[in-house]
Amino acid sequence: MSAVTAEIGASVVVPVAKSPGFWRNVLRRLSRDPVAMIALAIIVILVLVAIFAPYIAPYDPSKGSVIRRLKPMGTPGYPLGTDELGRDMLSRLIHGARLSLIMGVIPVPIAFIIGSTIGIIAGYSGGIVNTLIMRTIDVFYAFPSVLLAVALSGALGSGLTNALVSLTVVFIPQIARVAESVTTQVRKLDYVDAARASGASAATIIRVHILGNVLGPIFVFATSLISVSMILASGLSFLGLGVRPPDAEWGLMLNTLRTAIYSNPFVAALPGVMIFITSICFNLFSDGLRTAMDVKS
Amino acid sequence: MTDPMIDIRNLSVTFNRGRKPVKAVNGVSLSVNSGEVVALLGESGSGKSVTMRSLLRLHPKGTTIEGSMRVAGKDVTELSARELADYRGATVSMVFQEPRLALDPVYTLGQQIEEAIIRHKGVSRREAASRALGLFEKVRIPSPERRLMNYPHEMSGGMLQRSMIAMAIACNPKVLLADEPTTALDATVQIQILLLIRELQKEYGLSVIFVTHDIGVAAEVADRIAVMYAGRIVEEGKVADVIQNPKHPYTKGLLGARVELAHGRDRLITIPGAPPDLAALPPGCAFAPRCGEAVAQCLTDVPRLTATDGTASVACVKYA
Amino acid sequence: MINLVGEPTHHLPVGERGGPAQPLISVKGLLKHFPVKGSGFLKPKKVVHAVDGVDFDILKGETLGVVGESGCGKSTTARLLMQLIAPDRGEILFDGETVGETLPLSEYRRQVQMVFQDSYASLNPRLTIEESIAFAPRVHGVPAPKAIARAHDLLHRVGLEPVRFAGRYPHELSGGQRQRVNIARALALEPRLVILDEAVSALDKSVEAQVLNLLLDLKRDFGLTYLFISHDLNVVRFMCERVMVMYLGKVAEIGERDAIFEETRHPYSSALLASMPKMDPGERTLEPPLSGDPPNPIDPPAGCRFHTRCSFAEDVCRQTLPPLTRISGAQSAACLMATPNSGHSRAPAQLEA
Repeated sequence: MSAVTAEIGASVVVPVAKSPGFWRNVLRRLSRDPVAMIALAIIVILVLVAIFAPYIAPYDPSKGSVIRRLKPMGTPGYPLGTDELGRDMLSRLIHGARLSLIMGVIPVPIAFIIGSTIGIIAGYSGGIVNTLIMRTIDVFYAFPSVLLAVALSGALGSGLTNALVSLTVVFIPQIARVAESVTTQVRKLDYVDAARASGASAATIIRVHILGNVLGPIFVFATSLISVSMILASGLSFLGLGVRPPDAEWGLMLNTLRTAIYSNPFVAALPGVMIFITSICFNLFSDGLRTAMDVKS
Repeated sequence: MTDPMIDIRNLSVTFNRGRKPVKAVNGVSLSVNSGEVVALLGESGSGKSVTMRSLLRLHPKGTTIEGSMRVAGKDVTELSARELADYRGATVSMVFQEPRLALDPVYTLGQQIEEAIIRHKGVSRREAASRALGLFEKVRIPSPERRLMNYPHEMSGGMLQRSMIAMAIACNPKVLLADEPTTALDATVQIQILLLIRELQKEYGLSVIFVTHDIGVAAEVADRIAVMYAGRIVEEGKVADVIQNPKHPYTKGLLGARVELAHGRDRLITIPGAPPDLAALPPGCAFAPRCGEAVAQCLTDVPRLTATDGTASVACVKYA
Repeated sequence: MINLVGEPTHHLPVGERGGPAQPLISVKGLLKHFPVKGSGFLKPKKVVHAVDGVDFDILKGETLGVVGESGCGKSTTARLLMQLIAPDRGEILFDGETVGETLPLSEYRRQVQMVFQDSYASLNPRLTIEESIAFAPRVHGVPAPKAIARAHDLLHRVGLEPVRFAGRYPHELSGGQRQRVNIARALALEPRLVILDEAVSALDKSVEAQVLNLLLDLKRDFGLTYLFISHDLNVVRFMCERVMVMYLGKVAEIGERDAIFEETRHPYSSALLASMPKMDPGERTLEPPLSGDPPNPIDPPAGCRFHTRCSFAEDVCRQTLPPLTRISGAQSAACLMATPNSGHSRAPAQLEA
C-alpha cells in the first residue's frame, strides 16, 4: 500500500471542543432581540387564547340578543361592546383567534414543503429542467395573489378547507421562486463543486450541502407569508368565500360589522385591529429571524 | 523647510460596530512632502487603507477619529460638510482597487468626468468635454473619443483603471490617494498602470499615498515606504533603505519570506503565527508574539517610532 | 511514455498501473467553448473560447505550474481536469487510461482533488471543520468514526490542532487556517493529483509562505503531484519543476522551469516575466513590456493569438496559427519564431537535429 494509507488512519478520535451549532447561535442572537421577543410573546399569547377560548371567553360567541345590539365599548359586562346581533365582541374575538390563526398559519408550512421541494429541484438542476419548472411557476406568479386566491376559492366553492387549499396554492409559486433563487446561488459556490469533485451523488449534495444553507432563508420568507395569509384569509371570509356565519373569524366579523362602521366605528374596527396586530407580530418576528441568521453580524 | 503637503499626527481610528470596539489605526504619524510618493505597506487588517481613507473622512458613522490631519494647510477634521465636498476631488482624490464598483454603471465615462469637472471648476459643458478628451489622451486610452461614450461595463479592467485615474486628476488635485489600484489587474497591465501613475505624479508634482500589500509594487513606485502592522507604523524610510536594509523584525520577516529569495532552497523562511486580533491587541509590541528577537520588555511596552538617522525611523526596542 | 509490455496491470491500484515513466495526466486536444448569455436570439451566437485545443502532460510526482492572465483559460482547464464541466472535445488520460472509458469517472475522482482560491466559499458554513473533511470519505463508504479519525489526522498534518479546530465552523477561522482546512479536505480521499487553483493568492504574504511550505511538506510525505495555477510568477518559480504559459485558451509555452524563466522562446512569456515588479528601486521598469489589455476571449484574433500585442509580429503571424513546437527536450513553444521554416523572418532556417 502507498505511504498515504500508512500515514492516515492510525489514530484515535480525540474529544474536540465543539462550537455551538448554527441554530443554537441563531436562537441565542434571536433571544437578544427585544422586538422579536415581544412579537413572539404576543404570538404565543394569541395561540394560548385560541386554544383555551372556551374557558376564557365570558359568553357564548354565537348567542346574541336583540336588546343589546351594537353596544359601545365599556358597557358594563361587555367591555368591548356587542356586534350587530348583540353578541359579545370580546368572546367573539377570542373565539375568532382560532379560525383566523388556522387560516393564517396552516397554508404556509404546506406551501413551504411543496414550494421548497420544487424550487430546490429547479435551482439545483439548472438548465432545461429549471426553465420548464420556473416558467410554469411564472404563470401562477403573473396573477396578483389576492386575485388568484379569490379565483381559486370561487372555483372550489366556499368553506374552510377550500379556502386553505387555495391559499396554499397561492403561496407555492412564491416560495418556489425564493427557493430557486437561493439554491441557484448556493449551487455556484465552491464547496458544492468540491463535493461534486469528491464523487457525491446529487441527492447527497442536496441533503448535506444545499438544504442546510437554503432552508433558513426560505423559512424566513415563509414566516413573513403568515401575515399575508391571515390578511388574505380575512379577505376571503369578507367576500363570503372562507368561513361562513355564524362562525367567528376576524375577517368575517369585519365584513358583518361594516354596516355599523358609522354608528359604532370603534367596535367595528376591532377585528381589523386584531388582524393588524397578529400580522405585524409575525412580520417583526421573521425580520428578527432574518437578522439572527446573518452569520456576518 | 516647507510644510509637508500631508501631515498626519497621532491618528487613531476606532470602529464601534459589533460588540467590541476595533482599533484599526493606533497612533499613526506620517507626513508626505509635496511631490513625494509614500507607499503604505501592510497585510490585511494592518490599518493601511483605514489610515488613507481617514484623509477623505470616508468612514461610516460611529467611527471615532482622534489626532490631527492637515492636508495642503487645511485641517481635515474641522471641515464642514460643504467644505468637505469641495475638498474631495479638488484637493485630494482617490483611485480605488475596484474601478467597477467606484464608477456609476448608468452613466458613460465621459458624463462622469465632465460632471466632476463642471462641479469643481464651474466651466461650460463644452469646455468640460474637451478637457475630458484631453485627460483620456493623457492616460493613453486608445481611441479616446469613442471610449468617452462607453459605459463602465464595456471597458476592460485596465482601461477602467486608466479612466479612474483620468477622473482622479481631472480637477488638478494636489494629493492622489491610491488604494491597491493594481491588485485586481493582470501583471502586464499592472506595470503599465504603475508607470502611468509615476509619470503623472512627476508631471503634476502630485503627493501620492500608495497603499499596497506587495513590496515589489512599492519598490516600483515609492520614494519612501511606511510599513504598517496591527494599526501602527513599525518602520519608515527611503524605499531603497527599507528594502535593502530592513530594521524592524517584521519588515525583515516580510522581505525574508519572499519566494524570489528562496531560489535553490526547498523551504521558505516564514514569520510564525498570524496577525493579532485588533479587538484584543497585546499590551506590548503587537508583533512580539511572532517575533524571534522579542525580549521581556517587548511584551509590556509599546515601542515608539524612533528616528535612527535623518530619513529612517523604526518602532522596535532594539533601536530605541 | 511506454506502457509495460504484455504485463496485465489491472490488479494494481489506479495510478500505479502505467509505471513511473507514464505521465500521470495526459491531456489531448482539450477544448471548451462557452456560449455567451444573452446572445444568439436573432443574432449570431457568440462563444467564449475558454480553452481552445490544449495538449499537455503532468508527470508523476512533479509540480506543473500554470501561468497566464485573466481569460487565458487556466481556471477552465482546472475545472475540466476536475470533470466539474464536460469538455466539448478532447480526452484526458490518467496514467494511460482514458477517463470516462477505460477508467470510470468515480475511480478518477478519487485520484484528483482541488483547492480553490476563495477559502470561505469552498467550505460549507453549516458544517464543522471535521464534518467538511470527513464528507468525501463518508461518501465513499468509510464508516463515520473512521472518517472523523482521518479528518483529525489530516488536521494535525496541516498544522491545526484537532482538539481546538475540529469542532469549529469556517467563519471562526482566519483565511490561512481555512485554506489549510481546504487542503486537508482535498487530501481526505488520498488523491494522486491535487489541483491548486490560485490556492494561496488571497492570503497575506507572511501566511502565504507558511502555506507554501506546508504544500511542499505534504507533497513529499504523501507522494503527491500538483497542478499549481497562479498569476504570481515568483511563487510559480519557487514551487514548480515545469511551467506552462497560457494565452487566450492556448498553450504559449511549456517546459522546465529554468528553460522558461531563463531562456524563454515565446515573446509573451518574456513580456510576462518582464512585467514582474523589480525589487530594486535603482532598476525600475522604464517601459511597459506590453501595451493594452489581454484581448477578449469571445473574439480571439486570427493567426497567432498574441500577434495584436507582439512587437515581433509579421504578416505571417496574422494568418498562421503557430503549432506547439518542441525546441529541446525541456521546452516547447507556440511561436513562429521558434518554428523552423514558418515564414517568419526570425524563424530558424532548418529543423534542429
